[in-house]
Amino acid sequence: MQNDQLIYMDYSATTPVDDRVIEAMLPYWKEGWGNPSSSHQFGQTAKMGLENARRTIANLLGASPAEIVFTGSGSEADNLALRGVMRAAGQSGRGNHLIISAIEHEAIHKTALQLADQPEYELTILPVDEFGLVDPQKLKQAIRPETVLVSIMAANNEIGTQQPFIELGQICKEQNVLFHTDAVQAAQYIDWNLDEMPIDLLSLAPHKFYGPKGVGILYIRNGTPIVSTMTGGGQENGQRAGTSNVPFAVGAAKALELVSTEREASNLKLINLRDKLIRGILDSFSADEVRLTGHPERRLPHHASFAFRNLPGGDLVMHLDLLGIASSSGSACSSGNPIPSPVLQAVGLDATWNAGGMRFTLGKHSTASDVDYLIDQLPAAIESLKQFSTIVYG
Amino acid sequence: MITVNSETKSKNKKKRAVVAMSGGVDSSVAAALMVEQGYDVIGLMMRLWSEDGKEMDNRCCTPEQIDDARHIAGSLGIPFYVVDVKSYFRDTIVDFYLEEHSKGRTPNPCIECNREIRFNWLYEKAMALNADYLVTGHYAQIKPSDEKNTLELHTGIDTNKDQSYVLHMLDQEHLAHVLFPVGGISKPEVRKLAEKFNLPVAGKGDSMDLCFLSGEDYRKFLQRHVPDINQPGPIYNSAGTLLGEHTGLPNYTIGQRKGLGVTSPDPLFVLRKNAADNALILGDRSDVVTHQLAVRKISWVAGTPPHPEKFSAEVKIRYKARPIPATVYPQSADTALIEFNEPVFGATPGQGAVFYNGTNCLGGGLISDL
Repeated sequence: MQNDQLIYMDYSATTPVDDRVIEAMLPYWKEGWGNPSSSHQFGQTAKMGLENARRTIANLLGASPAEIVFTGSGSEADNLALRGVMRAAGQSGRGNHLIISAIEHEAIHKTALQLADQPEYELTILPVDEFGLVDPQKLKQAIRPETVLVSIMAANNEIGTQQPFIELGQICKEQNVLFHTDAVQAAQYIDWNLDEMPIDLLSLAPHKFYGPKGVGILYIRNGTPIVSTMTGGGQENGQRAGTSNVPFAVGAAKALELVSTEREASNLKLINLRDKLIRGILDSFSADEVRLTGHPERRLPHHASFAFRNLPGGDLVMHLDLLGIASSSGSACSSGNPIPSPVLQAVGLDATWNAGGMRFTLGKHSTASDVDYLIDQLPAAIESLKQFSTIVYG
Repeated sequence: MITVNSETKSKNKKKRAVVAMSGGVDSSVAAALMVEQGYDVIGLMMRLWSEDGKEMDNRCCTPEQIDDARHIAGSLGIPFYVVDVKSYFRDTIVDFYLEEHSKGRTPNPCIECNREIRFNWLYEKAMALNADYLVTGHYAQIKPSDEKNTLELHTGIDTNKDQSYVLHMLDQEHLAHVLFPVGGISKPEVRKLAEKFNLPVAGKGDSMDLCFLSGEDYRKFLQRHVPDINQPGPIYNSAGTLLGEHTGLPNYTIGQRKGLGVTSPDPLFVLRKNAADNALILGDRSDVVTHQLAVRKISWVAGTPPHPEKFSAEVKIRYKARPIPATVYPQSADTALIEFNEPVFGATPGQGAVFYNGTNCLGGGLISDL
C-alpha cells in the first residue's frame, strides 16, 4: 500500500462506483434507453427500470414508491425540500418561518439564506454545542406558530457528528411542523424505516454510497405540501421536471440495496478502523497540537476529523496528497491562507484552531495498513509545515 | 485503488521543484523545462486577489487562468494545487500600495509582491513541501561569481524582458533555492518552446498593468478603496508662490507636465508631492532634474554592498529606465546615497532604485522622499 499506491481517505467526498452498480446500469444505456415518458415499448422498458428502482429504494427506506423523487443531486434534493415546502406554505398562508442548524451543508445553508433574503420568509439558525449537537430544547423554544419547516442534517460532513434526528423530528411532529433531514452523509449507516420515523423529507446522494454521481433522492412523505421548483413535463409525480435519468436511478437503487444488505458488517469494520485512526493520531500529538472534532461516540462509523492548532488544513491536504494520501480539510477548497471553517467556528473553536480542520473518511476499500501509513507519515508532514510557517497573519 | 506508475519511487530521489504557475506563457514553459530536465515538479498557483463582482476582470488568477494553469499542469503530468494567499496579499501588497499613495509616493507593488509573496510566502510553502527549488517564469539569471563563492543575480538574456529590477531583493539563500528557467532564453524562443511543448498558451499576450487593478485606471482603484484619498490642496512653485489648486496628490506623478491646470509662460513639471501639507510643488525642467538620491529598504544580493564606503554602479530608477552611471555611498545596512554622473529626470519616491554592474544586479531599494 505504501508508495506504490494512492490511499483514498475521502469517502465523504465521494466513493468509487461499485462494479455491481455499473452492471445494473449498463442495460439502461444499451437496451432500455427509451424515454420513460413515452408510451411505446421503448418507453415502457425504460419506465419499468425507473419504477423498479423507485420501488426498491422505497422498500429499503420503509417508504412507498410515490414518496420517492429522483433529482439531479443531493444538493438539488435539499433545494427542492426547502424551496418547495416554503413556497407551498407561503401560497397557502400556513406560515413563513424556517429553522436550520448552524452546521448545515451549504446546500441547506445557502438556500436558507437566499430564502431569508426575501421579505416573505424568516429564518432561525440554531446553535450547536461543542460536539456539533443541536439541543432539542433549543429547537422546541425556536418553534413558533408560523414555523413551517425544520431542516437539520442527520450527520455532519465535516465533523461526523450524528444528530438525534428522531428526537428532533418528534418535537417537530408534536408541534405540527414539517421536518427535513439532509442524510447525504449518513444514508448507508442507518437502518431507515421512514414510515415509522418522524421525518417528512429526507435527502440522499447515491455517489456517497458507491452509486453514480448526477442523481439524488428526495423522500417526501405522502401529504406533505410542496410545490415543484423545476417546472416542465410532469415527471417524478410533477415534483421534478426533466427527462428521467433511468440508468442513474437504477444505479442509485442498486447502490442503496448493496449498502443496506452489507450495512452491519461494514459499520463494524469501519468503526474499528476509524477508532484505530483516531487513537493513532491523538497518540501521535499532544492535546495542544491536535484535537478530535465532532462527537467522540455519536459520529459516523467511517468518519475521523481533527483540528490542528495553527496549521492551515488546506496545506496539510496538499502535503498528504504528495505522500499519496487523499484527505480533506473539510471546508475550504484550496490551500494557503488559513480560512476559518464555519463549522469549526460554530462548535466554538477559536482562530488558532478553526482553520486547521482535517477529515479522514474511510470506506469499503480502506485497510488497517492505510491507517498505519497515515499515522506513520503525518508527524513528519506536520513538522515540515510548521518549520516553514514563520509568517504570522495579521 | 489507483496504482501510481513505477516512477513514483524513483521520483523520491529526484530533485523537487515547485513551479509558481500563472497560466501564462513564461511560467508554463518554465514548468515544461523543469519536467524535461527530469525534476520532480509540482505546480502551485496563487490566488492573490479577487474583488466581489470583478473576479473575471482581474489580470491575475481569474477562474479562467486557474483553469489554464491546471490544464497545462495536467498535460505535463504534474500535480497542481491552488494556494490561497488573498488575505496576506491584501495586507502586504494592496494595503501597502494604498498607503504609499496616501503618503504621496508612487509604489511599485511588483517589487513588494516578489519580496513578500513570491520569495517569502510562496518560498516557505515550497520549502515546506521539501522542494529543492522554487521556480518562476521570470526573466533573470542566477550565476556563480567568478570566485564561485557567491551567487549572482543577472539580467535576463532578453534585455527587453529583463525583470531583475523587480527581483533585486533576492539574497544568497534565495538564489541557492530559486531557478529561472526562461531567464537564459529570449521571449520569442520561449514562445517557440511553448509551441514545441504543445502548451496552449503560445499565442497569449504579455501581461501589462498591475494584476489587482482589473484593467481599471489606478486612480479609480485608489478612489474606490480609500474614498477620501483625493483631498484638493494647494499648488506651489519651488519659491513657495501659490499657483492654483490640485485635485488630490495621487492624481499626479513626478515629472508630469500635462493636465496640471496651471498656466505659465514656461512649461512646469511636478517636482514633489508634499504629503505633510498636501501640497503639489511644481518647477521648471531644471528643477525636476536631480544628481542625488537617497535610497532606503536596501537589500544586497551578496548580503553586503560591494564596498562599505563607496562604489561605482549603474542605477535604474524605474522598471523600464536606462541604467545611469553613478557613485553609491552606503549609509547603513539598508540605506545609501546615490550621486549620478549625469542628471536624471523624474526620480519618483517609492519606486525602486536598483544597482547594477553590467548585467550583474547588486541589489536595490526604494527611492526616499525628496
